[in-house]
Amino acid sequence: MKRESRSLPVWREDVPFRAAEERLVMRRQFGKFMVLTSLGMFLGNLWILLKTWRRRAQRPLSPVISVAGVGELAVGDVKIFSYPTANDPCLLVRLGPGDWVAYSQKCTHLSCAVVYERATGRLACPCHHGYFAAATGAVLQGPPPRPLPRVRLEARGAEIVAVGMEGEEHG
Amino acid sequence: MAEAPAPLSRARRIPPAPDRRALAVIGGANVFIGILLVIQMWLLSASLETFLSGHDEGAVPGAIVSGLLFAGCLLLGRFMDRAERTAGG
Repeated sequence: MKRESRSLPVWREDVPFRAAEERLVMRRQFGKFMVLTSLGMFLGNLWILLKTWRRRAQRPLSPVISVAGVGELAVGDVKIFSYPTANDPCLLVRLGPGDWVAYSQKCTHLSCAVVYERATGRLACPCHHGYFAAATGAVLQGPPPRPLPRVRLEARGAEIVAVGMEGEEHG
Repeated sequence: MAEAPAPLSRARRIPPAPDRRALAVIGGANVFIGILLVIQMWLLSASLETFLSGHDEGAVPGAIVSGLLFAGCLLLGRFMDRAERTAGG
């Protein structure tokens, strides 16, 4: 005992001697680690914000294209078209005499092509049995996490034209 | 010949054990930081999900709230350091 107190090594001043002190150091280190992780989360959110601003600045204006003639489809009929680019398949459905809706044909789950079920009035994804309401595009059933992106339509003369996607600037 | 007595000043330099109250304060601060961190993780995943779905409206509030949560974590971290210094650890 006497020998220990006389030849106390220097490292004991840096490394905690008592168990309680060691716990204190570990808790503090753990807390600092969590604060650093919090900084990482904040930087992640800032990165998303920057990407959002860049995407908004680079987004082209939506084109205006003719999708179908007013008398081209009977009630309950469907037409497939591409909008806003040739790689974006969409689905035009005539729900009633003056009621037209159009959605992206890509399921919001895993991008399978959705089809219109006239008997039930739903849009169905056959891959994983996801169902969307034809009138609103809202998810009714299955794994899709979001509603189908909706195409804004306008009747111009004898034509139905697509003027943009919901939530985007009018082009 | 008897050995010389050990220098007492050396033993005094070892910091005293912190009191249980200080440990409880530091543990509590850690718990609060953990709660804020979990909220921040959820916020980041929700913001990413919103961004990938093509919506822009969640990015600004997500970044602001995440910054506030980080500021809260930082304050709790500083509070923890101060509690440790007060405890003499």
